[in-house]
Amino acid sequence: MRDEVISVDPDNLVGAVAKIKVEGYRFVTLSCMQGDENMVVVLYHFDKDLVLKHLRVSVPADRALPSITPVYFAAFLVENEIQDLFGLRFSGLAVDYERTLYLEGQDVRVTPFCRYIVAKTPDDKAKMLPASADLPGTGGS
Amino acid sequence: MLKTVIPFGPQHPVLPEPLHLKLLVEEDVITEAIPALGFVHRGLEMLAHIRDFHQVTQVVERVCGICSMIHAMCYCQSIEALMEIEVPPRAKFLRTIWSELHRMHSHLLWLGLFADSFGFESLFMQLWKIREKVLDLNEATTGNRIIVSVNVIGGVRRDLNPEQISWMLAELAAVELEINRLGSTLLTDYTVKKRTAGKGVITRDKAFEFGLVGPTLRASGICQDMRMLGYAAFDQLDFEPVVETEGDCYARSKVRFREVLQSIDLIRQALSRIAQSEIRTKVKGRPEGETVCRVEQPRGELLYYIKANGTKNLERLRIRTPTFANIPALLVILPGMWLSDVPVVVLSIDPCISCTER
Repeated sequence: MRDEVISVDPDNLVGAVAKIKVEGYRFVTLSCMQGDENMVVVLYHFDKDLVLKHLRVSVPADRALPSITPVYFAAFLVENEIQDLFGLRFSGLAVDYERTLYLEGQDVRVTPFCRYIVAKTPDDKAKMLPASADLPGTGGS
Repeated sequence: MLKTVIPFGPQHPVLPEPLHLKLLVEEDVITEAIPALGFVHRGLEMLAHIRDFHQVTQVVERVCGICSMIHAMCYCQSIEALMEIEVPPRAKFLRTIWSELHRMHSHLLWLGLFADSFGFESLFMQLWKIREKVLDLNEATTGNRIIVSVNVIGGVRRDLNPEQISWMLAELAAVELEINRLGSTLLTDYTVKKRTAGKGVITRDKAFEFGLVGPTLRASGICQDMRMLGYAAFDQLDFEPVVETEGDCYARSKVRFREVLQSIDLIRQALSRIAQSEIRTKVKGRPEGETVCRVEQPRGELLYYIKANGTKNLERLRIRTPTFANIPALLVILPGMWLSDVPVVVLSIDPCISCTER
């Protein structure tokens, strides 16, 4: 990418985002994709005077990423979307749809964009569909 | 005080698309609003991973009918950036012309729906009558009225001949005349002002804080328009974003009304400066790497993030549409409003749910 991309550790994410906000950046959105092995990569996009800056965070799929909604409230919608589509959890999310923004009922056990499925509870794990390896077109490989 | 929960949508007379709002109401005043989505989600980002990257142009055109051309343009520009393809100058002008025609018909559609939302039926019909002429221009120059399907990676499919250019200029003059005739009603009528002025105010600071985009952002006094990036042929046209400062529903309608006239001006400029060249570059190879591309849709900033790995399928296509950025603001502007103002305020951000859910 031609724009500036900064890699950030998940533990330092909220601090880095707060610093970007102080610098006068507008929150644009998040892009999520499947990384290597069981990792999820999230790109945070910010804009200032039509110039983009991105933060890149890699996190294991079964670990919650801190929500940036305390800094940029508007991020709640896209963080909920990622919870639905990738199964990645966000801790401290201002408005949490509990993975029902788009999905409902038994669908919440499926993460359409990833091969793996994250169990929220042991009960969930028992009810899980067999590994969704047959789902077509999953990214990252 | 007893709170009442009122479901607004997904089927509602003022909503062209299914958006659901759970409204908590105390004595007809909104205290809380929670949006719910998922009624028209089609998984198009997933489909884009399955299709060949050339076919994805047709996939993204179907994200949204109203701005299909601009979706395809943004996607093609992203792939062209990844593959370092130089698009012929004439194709850039043609993309500019068709994207502005799309902005015109989208804004006219919205202005009509907005008039309808506060019961001004005759204004609604007059505005949509003008929109038909814009759709006629699309049909005559591309073969289709809405999903024009002119973009390909490396350029465009169709060209304009001198006769078509002359005819377009004459039609645009007629459209401009009719829009100006309605302008005095839309901008000065007592009914319109009464129902829109001072409603759903978003201050400049709030607009920035919530990451708003497009006419909703510009109506709050922030001068930001992705056309300032100079993509397609916008770097060769005289362009200044339309900005209003009041931040209310009236200001948002004024921005869109003025942008229709601005689009006519931009098309005229493009037609008068259009370069003579090929319209399409032959594309060889496959994309590799990652890129972000932004363009200005009628509703605001559209962002495409693409990651490709040198195969015929994309590794990731992420689409952030303008309505997705504007919906969070509803949580803040609706509380404190009268229930009767909700349709007008919700419509004032020009919600496009097909875009939002993809």
